[in-house]
Order: sequence, then C-alpha cells, then structure tokens
Amino acid sequence: MIQLLDSIGYTGWVLPALLLIPLAGAAVLLALASRGNGDEPGPARTARMIAFFTLLLEFAVSLGLWWSFESGAGWHAGVDLAWIPTWGVRFSIGVDGIALMMVLLTTFLMPLTVLGGWTSVRTKVHSYLILLLVMTTGMLGVFLARDLFLFYVMWEVMLVPMYFIIGIWGGERRIYASLKFFIYTMVGSILMLVGIIYLGIQSANPVTGAPDFSYAAALQLSLSPAASFWLFGAFFLAFAVKVPMFPFHTWLPDAHVEAPTAGSVILASIMLKMGTFGFLRFALPLFPGVAMDPVVRTIIIALAVVAIIYGALVALVQPDFKKLVAYSSVSHMGFVMLGIFALTVESVQGALMVMINHGISTGALFFLVGMIYERRHSRLIDAYGGIARVVPMFAAALTLVALSSIALPGTNGFIGEFLVLIGSFKTYPLLTALAATGVIFAAAYMLWAIQRILFNRLDKDENRHLPDLNWREIGLLTPLVAAIIWIGVYPAPVLRRMEAAAFDLVQRVERGPPSGFTAPGARP
Amino acid sequence: MTALPAGIMLLLQEAARAGGAHPLAGTAADWLWLVPVLPLLGFLINGALSLVAVAHPGPADPDAGHGEAKPAHALPPDTAGAHGDDHHPVARHRFAGIVSVIGPLVLALSFALTAAIFFAMRAAHAEEPFIQNYFTWMITGELDLAMAFQLDQLAMVMMLVITGVGTLIHVFSVGYMRDDPGYPRYFAYLNLFVFFMLVLVLGASYPVMFIGWEGVGLCSYLLIGFWFSEKANADAGKKAFIVNRIGDFGFLIALMLLFANVGKLDFLGIAAVAPGMSVAVVTAICLFLFLGCVGKSAQIPLYVWLPDAMAGPTPVSALIHAATMVTAGVYLVARSSFLFSLAPVAGLTVALTGAVTALFAATIGLKQWDIKKILAYSTVSQLGFMFIAVGVGAYVAGIFHLATHAFFKALLFLGSGSVIYAMHAAYHKTGSHEDAQDVRNMGGLRRYMPVTWVLMWIATLAIAGIPPFAGFFSKDEILASVYARAHGSNLAEASLLGIPGSTLLYFIYFIGLVTALLTAIYMTRMMLYTFHGPNRTGEAERGALKEAPWVMTGPLVVLGVLSAFGGWLNLPKVFTDALPVGSTFALEHWLEPVVGEHQLAVTHGKAAHLAAGTEYVLIGAAVAIAVAGILVAWRMLKPEQLVPKKDAPAEQGIERVLAEKYFVDEGYDRVIVQPVYQGSRGFLWRGVDAGLIDGLFVNGSGWLARGFGWLGSAAQTGAVGTYAWVLVLGVIAVIGVFTLR
Repeated sequence: MIQLLDSIGYTGWVLPALLLIPLAGAAVLLALASRGNGDEPGPARTARMIAFFTLLLEFAVSLGLWWSFESGAGWHAGVDLAWIPTWGVRFSIGVDGIALMMVLLTTFLMPLTVLGGWTSVRTKVHSYLILLLVMTTGMLGVFLARDLFLFYVMWEVMLVPMYFIIGIWGGERRIYASLKFFIYTMVGSILMLVGIIYLGIQSANPVTGAPDFSYAAALQLSLSPAASFWLFGAFFLAFAVKVPMFPFHTWLPDAHVEAPTAGSVILASIMLKMGTFGFLRFALPLFPGVAMDPVVRTIIIALAVVAIIYGALVALVQPDFKKLVAYSSVSHMGFVMLGIFALTVESVQGALMVMINHGISTGALFFLVGMIYERRHSRLIDAYGGIARVVPMFAAALTLVALSSIALPGTNGFIGEFLVLIGSFKTYPLLTALAATGVIFAAAYMLWAIQRILFNRLDKDENRHLPDLNWREIGLLTPLVAAIIWIGVYPAPVLRRMEAAAFDLVQRVERGPPSGFTAPGARP
Repeated sequence: MTALPAGIMLLLQEAARAGGAHPLAGTAADWLWLVPVLPLLGFLINGALSLVAVAHPGPADPDAGHGEAKPAHALPPDTAGAHGDDHHPVARHRFAGIVSVIGPLVLALSFALTAAIFFAMRAAHAEEPFIQNYFTWMITGELDLAMAFQLDQLAMVMMLVITGVGTLIHVFSVGYMRDDPGYPRYFAYLNLFVFFMLVLVLGASYPVMFIGWEGVGLCSYLLIGFWFSEKANADAGKKAFIVNRIGDFGFLIALMLLFANVGKLDFLGIAAVAPGMSVAVVTAICLFLFLGCVGKSAQIPLYVWLPDAMAGPTPVSALIHAATMVTAGVYLVARSSFLFSLAPVAGLTVALTGAVTALFAATIGLKQWDIKKILAYSTVSQLGFMFIAVGVGAYVAGIFHLATHAFFKALLFLGSGSVIYAMHAAYHKTGSHEDAQDVRNMGGLRRYMPVTWVLMWIATLAIAGIPPFAGFFSKDEILASVYARAHGSNLAEASLLGIPGSTLLYFIYFIGLVTALLTAIYMTRMMLYTFHGPNRTGEAERGALKEAPWVMTGPLVVLGVLSAFGGWLNLPKVFTDALPVGSTFALEHWLEPVVGEHQLAVTHGKAAHLAAGTEYVLIGAAVAIAVAGILVAWRMLKPEQLVPKKDAPAEQGIERVLAEKYFVDEGYDRVIVQPVYQGSRGFLWRGVDAGLIDGLFVNGSGWLARGFGWLGSAAQTGAVGTYAWVLVLGVIAVIGVFTLR
C-alpha cells in the first residue's frame, strides 16, 4: 500500500486535494443550480448523487493517510504556500497525529450525512448540498491549518454554512436557534481573532517587521505571564463555547433540536470536536504556563466533571429525544476535557478516543432520531412506546448504538472513557472518581429513553404501521455499526497512530513555556 | 491489507509464540478460544435468523406512506403475558426447528471441548496458569493490555459449571420456549450470555474480565426484558442494568486504583507485586472491587434488582440469576484472592455483608407467595453464604458452594419452570387469568407431576443441608471455615468498626446457623404449598395438570443426580475416614495451585481444618438445625388451610412487612430515585439551565443589548430643538462641574 501511495506521489497532493474536491463538487452543483432550483425530484436526485459521490471520493482519497502516516509522529504531507505576504499569512497545511483521526472521521461521516438527508430535505436541495460541501472544506481546513490566520478563516468558513443549514432547513424555532448558535460562537471567536493578531505581531520578523502567523513561530514565542493569561482566556472562550463546556452549553440543545439531521450529525460529530481540538492544538501548547496553572487547571477539570454529571442528569429529564442526545453530548465532551487537562498520555489518548467515538456513536444516534422523525414527525419520547415490535431493525440498531454511547465494554465508547478515567486518576484522583459516576447516570438516561421508545406496550395507533429501515438507511448505519464494534474490539491501530502526538503534547506542555518565561516583560 | 487481517496475523503469531514450555501447550487447551467463540457463533446465527424473519425493509421514502392506515407488514403477535406468569406460548417461529438445534448444539460442543481441556489439565498437572495472548487490545503510555485468556484450575471449574449447567438449561429452554414468537431472539441472547460469561471467567486481566462482566449484565438486561411489551418487564431489565452499573462504578474505581498504584491490570502482574503494596491501598482496591460484586451478585444494599429479574423467562432465571452470572462476584473475590487475603478488613466486610444479606433475604423468603420470588430471595441468601466463605478466605469452600448451588438452584428454578408450564397450560385451557406462579394457586401437584416432585425434594434437601446431598457438604464447609478462622487468622486479629474480628466471625457463624434454619423452613414451606395438601388450581383446570415433556424433565434428572452427589466434589476428611467413599478434598486439591497459597496467607500458613471432635459437633449442630427447620415447617404450616390467591386476605403486621420485602424498593424510590429525578428536572434543567444560564445570562444579555439599542435609538428623535436643549444642558453640566470643583 505504501509503495502504491508513493508511486502516485500521494503525500504531495493529498491535503490540497482534500480541500479542493468538495469545492469542485460545490462548483458543479452551483452550475447546475443556475438551470433549476432543485425543488423538482429529478434534478434534486442528480444533485444528491453528485454530492454523495464527491464526498465518497473525498473519503477514498483521505483513506490513504491511514497507511501513509502510520507513525503518527510530527507533521505529514505538509504544503506551504505564500498567501498574503505583506501580512505574513501563509497557506500552510499539514496533518499530525491529533488531526489524522479527526480528518478521517470527517471524511467518513460526510457522505453519510448526504445519505441521511436524502429524502428529508426536499427544498432548495442544491443550496443545501453546496453548503454541506463548503462546510467540509472548512472543517478539514480547521484540522489541517498550520497558520493561525488560515485557521481562523477556516473556523469562520465552516460556521456560516451551518448557520444557514439550521436557519433554512431547521425545525420550528430554527431562527432563534441559528441566531443563538451564531452569536454564541462569534462572541467566543472574535476574541480569539484578537489573540491571533496579537500573536502574529509578536512573532513579527525583526528585520522586515512583517507579522508571522505560522503555528511554528507561535510555539517559539515567549510571552509574559499576563499576556499568556489573557491570550489563553481569548482562546479558551472560543473553544469552550464550541466544546461546549458547562456553562457555555445552552446553544447546543437548541441548535441540535432545530437543525436538520445532517446538521445535527455534523454539529455533534465534527464541530464539537473543533473545540477540544483547539485546546489540544493551541490553548495548551501555546500557553502551557496558564493551562497548567493549578488554579486554572483545577477549575477547568471541575467544570468538566460538572459537565459530565450535569449533562447526564439534565439528559435524564428531557422529554425530547434529540435534546436528550444533545445533553448527553455535553456529558461526553466533559470526559474529553477531563482527559485533556489531566494531561497524561493515557488520558489524552482517551480524550482523542472519546472524540472519535462520540463522533461515531452520537452521529449514529442523530441519524436514528432523524429516521424515526421522518416517519412519525415527532421527537418526543412519549410519542413512541413499544415500537420494537413494529420496526425491529431500527430497534436493534438503536439499542446497539445506545449501548456504545453508554460505554459498554466491547464497543468503542468504552475504550475512550476507560482511558480517560485511568489516565486522569493519576493526576486528579478525586475528581476523576466523581466523573466515573457518569457511567451510572448515562445508563439511567439512555436505557430509560430507549425503554420508552422501543419497549413497553405498543399503545399508540400511529405507531402501528411505521415502516422499518429501508435499504438506504441500512446502508448508512452499517459502516457506523462496524466502526462501533471494530474500535471496541481492536482499537490498537487507532491508538498507535495517535500515541506519538499525545506523547509529544504531554511532553511539550509539561516542559512548560520556552525559556525566558520567568522574566515578565522581557519582550514588549 | 486492512486492519482486520492484520489483527488475525497478529493473532496467529501470538498463538504460535504462546506455544512455549507450558505443559498445556499442544493439548486441547490450544483450542481454548473456541470455547467462548462457539456460543458467539450461535448468537450470530440465531440473531441473524431472528432479524431476517422480522426484517421488512421500508419504502425508499419513509415519509411517502405517511398517514395511510395500510399496514406495512403483519405485526408479530403480542407476546406480553395474558396470564400472570412468564410462559407465553403464542405462535411457533418459522425458524424454530433450526434454532432448536443450533442453540443447544453450540453449548454442547463448548462443553465437550471444555471437558477435553479438563482432562488435558488433569494429565498435565499444570501449576502455572496457561496464558493465551490473542492480540493487543489497548496500548498507550504505561498501559499495555492484551486481549488474553488465562486458563487455570479456578477458571476450569467455572467453565465446567457454565457450559455444563448451561447446556442442560439450553435443552430445557427448547421445551419451555419453543412456542414463543421470539424464539430465535431468545436463543441469540442466551448464547451471547454464555459467550460473555466465558470471557468473564477466562479473561487474564481485570479489563478483559470487565468485558464479560458488563456483557453478562447486558444479556441479563435483554433477557429480563425479553417480553418487553409489558412495562413491568422492561422496567425490571432496566433496573437490573442500572443497579449493576452502580457496582460497576466500584469496579472501575478499583481499576483506576490498580493502574495508578501498580501500572498493570493483568492478574499475574498484580499478584506479583501485591504483597509489597500498602495494606491501605489493597484494602481500598478490595472494597471497590467488592462494590462491583455487591451489584452483580445482589448483596445488600444492591440486591433489589434480582427479585425483579424474575420477570424474565424461567430458564433465564435458572442460568443467569441463579447458577452463573450472579455468582460472578464470588468468582471475582476468589480470582482476586491475592489481594483479598492481604486485606483482612476487606475480608471481614465481605463476610459480614454476606452474612447480613443471607439472613435478611431468608426472612423475606419466608413470606413470599410467588414461587420464583421465593427462589430469588433464596438465591440472594445463598450468595450471601458464598460471600461469607470467600470473605473469610475460604475460597475453595466458596467455589464449592457456588458449584453445588448451581446444581440445586438450577434444578429448583427449572422445576418451578415445569410447574409454571403445567399451571399455565391448565389455565390457558380454560382461559382463566389466574396467577400461574402463586403457590396459593397450586397444592397437591405431586399427584400430577411426580418426577418433578421427587427431583425438587432432592434439591430442597440439598439446599437445606441434609446429608448426603450436595448442599450439606458445601454449607458445612463454609460454617466450619468461619468457625476455624475465629482464632489464629489475620481476620481474627483485625477489627471492623471497632469490633474485634474474632467476635465478628463468631457472630457470622451464628447468623449462618440461623439462616440455615430459615432456609430449611422457607424451602419446606414452598414444597408443602406447591406439591402437598389439596389442589387449589381450580376444578376445571385440575384435569390439565401434567408432567412437562421429556426435553424439559430430562435436564432436571441430570441436575437431580448432581444435586444428590455433588458433595462428592469435596468430601471432608471426617467423612472419608468414616466411610470408604470418594477422595478427600478433591476440589481443594484441584484449586490448590490457584488459591492455596492465599488461603494459607489468611490463616498464617497453617491449614485451617478443625479437630475431628469439634468438626463432629459442628456438623451435628448444622444437621440438627436443618432437620429442625424442616420439621418446624412441616408441623406448623397447614397447606390444607390455604386459599387460592384471589380469595386470600391481605397480610397484616410483620407478615405484611415481610411480604412487602421491608418496603426497601419504596424507600429507594423515595430517597434516591425521586429526588434525583425531581432535582434534575426542577432545579438543574428548569432552574439552572433554562432559568439561570439561558434565561438570565444568554437571553438576558440579548435583552440588555436590545435595551441599550432602544435607548440609543430613542434619543435619535431627529428633532433639532431637542438636540439643542441637550447640548445646552450638557454645556451647563460641564461648566458646573468645573466651577464647583
């Protein structure tokens, strides 16, 4: 495989290709859209096919990284081009062990999201698909960027399409939800932009005075403690909203509930990861002194543990299944934050695993909610009951995915939570023990919900004739179910590809900021 | 070159490497992996058959047919029980024939392979465990976890019980469940359960064991709620899973403690360094592990799920909730004997919890009317006995009682299954909706089901502790072990909550005797009410009562033999001295390589056998108590005065407290469940989330921004006169400020 990839010069072009393929697909759709708006079945179907195969191609192209980047050490397949020279902004991209699995997760899920909205999105299909494709480029750009300015541009590129997807194809309260999502995220990210500009100017070339936004330069900076603190704060706010950390999470339930299926899946599976990815990529390595400050660290870990328990308890009482899954995300992402800030190799690996697994399992849950919603037009748990008899395949799939979501050993969910717990216990034993109660509450909310949906008496006539999963839906769920079992049973290949990066991160942050940190004001 | 073939390659390499110097290499033990894989295969086939039979892929556009009343496909019949019992024959599944073969066959093959490995082990005299590394499971940082099995004598005993009793119960299930529309699904779950149970006992490390540990919990959940259309059944399954998760939380904490202190999670690695660890850490680890046992093995305070678990089909109760899964906690303590033997405080806690549970459950068992509930509380009580044994470091006695209990309790449950089967058939014939599980509706069944009657009496005598039946030897050994350790053991020298260990051990011994008395009473009561006295089933139904078919009675006979002679597994010396039968302490010798050293650690290196005279006295006391219990029940209870359930008056006073199980469920609901739910709903969600964060902060800041905007825009009136006045006022204010300063 390696020889094959080498013979086609894979690593030279793969990353630009990944950013361009979706844009090319979007361009084709744009050209088609000028001839018809996609509200008729025929053109809409063509458009869906184009988008689906574009994203399938994207996945196939990205898959080579699995073999070409087996070591997971350092940067891989880097491309570095001049972009805006006077500002010192470069188009610099590359993949490292942290980004690798996020890239693969994104490319794996995106074709499925097209399948998931195949019949539920019926209006302005072209626009919808173009937004999905542009968003793909934006999300991959966030994971691949090695230039802070480029990172910020991509961060915003993915935000705008999501705003429209919720606002146009969403549910009844879509305007409120999309606005809330947008403003929440903007408040956080605008401060991050200030921080990025500050960092760029700090790294300025001493001869020419041109700012330098490259990630490598930012890593070399020695900042005063005060500057570090405020910069960390700016990045923290942006990422904490995105994760979302308690108490910045209230945009999430609204956005999830109102978004169409594909929107919910992308939000939960990929966009939430941007927040924790941001911590791993920027907030920790750039400002280790602040991130490792005992007070800051303890507060963040405590908030993470609060999120785990609070998210689970609030999920327990949700009458709306989509909202329940949304709050369960708050709980799961708490595990990620715990693992990152506990900062052992095991816990960081666990956090990365939870990021992947949450993407797969919660994505699958949102797909399943979408499927049942399409049939019954209700997300309320009480609208169902006993439907396992009517839709047995749906029931089997939902049960398995729910079990992976509550971290049953043998499924993917367990691997991540287990690594986070045993890794974090070494540095924060009491808070981690508290976090472990999450496994109890998770079982409570998830099993109670699936009981009220699938089991009990079939007492509503509307549910008696629900059709079971169709072939498209079976095809959509199969890869997800396979991933759930595969990562649960044989996670070693995934762990191996992320270990070098996790180890590197722990080393870098523990070693602290570059020398000169102890002299405040050494650099103006 | 995908990951999966790579994994298989690795597997083969590892397997080749494992073929080192171990005496079991090259024998049937090399096929160890197949023992659990066979039931897994059964699960896959039966599961596929189950799904294929009900799969009706929907239309390409799921929303297109919305609103039409036309059924997409015929709905399978509702299997929720019309009668108050757990036997619901409705319609035979079209794959019933093939499932009846595959389901029990994979188990029988698994048992045959286990037996072959057992003989290989006996021939090889392996002192060291046989470790099989299959592939790397998780590796990162300091953690290096292999997907590995560990075959030793302890695992072998468990494997024999699981596959042996499991096969019998699978065969019984063919008769009991054949006419259920969910038949393939039932066998899929049952096969999957055996797979996870075998992973549990074969895992070479705590995390691999934990796969089985939670996996059996999953199957228990699925099987308790097998007839999920009835809310009570689905509730019971969910309750079992969540209560078990409380225990699993303890298990996880123990894993974290182990990893933080040892850096390893495999049994051999931990056992090697355990003696050097601080006693406080070992005690903490043991106590958290024990929390896991309390959940899985239904001990106080987490026993509440097990009686509810009787909502599942009766063979499930026999296999999972009596013979195998619920004993996993006992196995875990025995497996962790290298830790528990070093922590006397933990040992005393285990034993005391077991003793209190044994007594508590036995008192509830006295007043239950549902035949399965009586057996459920009996199981909780007997599990308490096993914990007494492993708590005091008598690991062999604990495993011995585990095995004999598997025989006689499986027999009792399956026998009750036959009774329910007959009762159900009788009520079904007349369309009556009476409770087929209530002993008040039975009576005099020995005339209609003589084989079941005899077999269940054998099991009753065994559980009551009458020689020479199986339970007598194991229970006696437990009581003797407790007595022997009251002096000259690390337990006796330790103390718990300020009470000296020695005193506690005598107290536990005393509780054991009282429990033995109560056991004899409630079991005799159950037998009397079920099989003796006049029949209360009803005039019309009486004629339909008859023995179950041989596919069900056959396994009962085998279990009857095991219940009668199971004691031969580990005959005490006083017995073999007196009578020329069997070999002395066979099980003890067999388990010597695994737990021998740790048993001696508890008793300071001396074998803990009593003087012959003392032992005769103890045996005499135990037998006298068992006989007394049976006689008391026989004399005091009057089955002829019982009235059928529908005519029975409500219980009063202490009887009501017992019948209502001390109102523990109600208490938990009021003290834990409702506060959590209401607090989450009223305070966290409505209060903090919607009110404080979203209302005050998020939307509040939105309103604030709007407010400022309104103020600003209100000022922009466009009237120049107003602007002029404001200007003048401003100038005056500024001048005023400067003048007055």
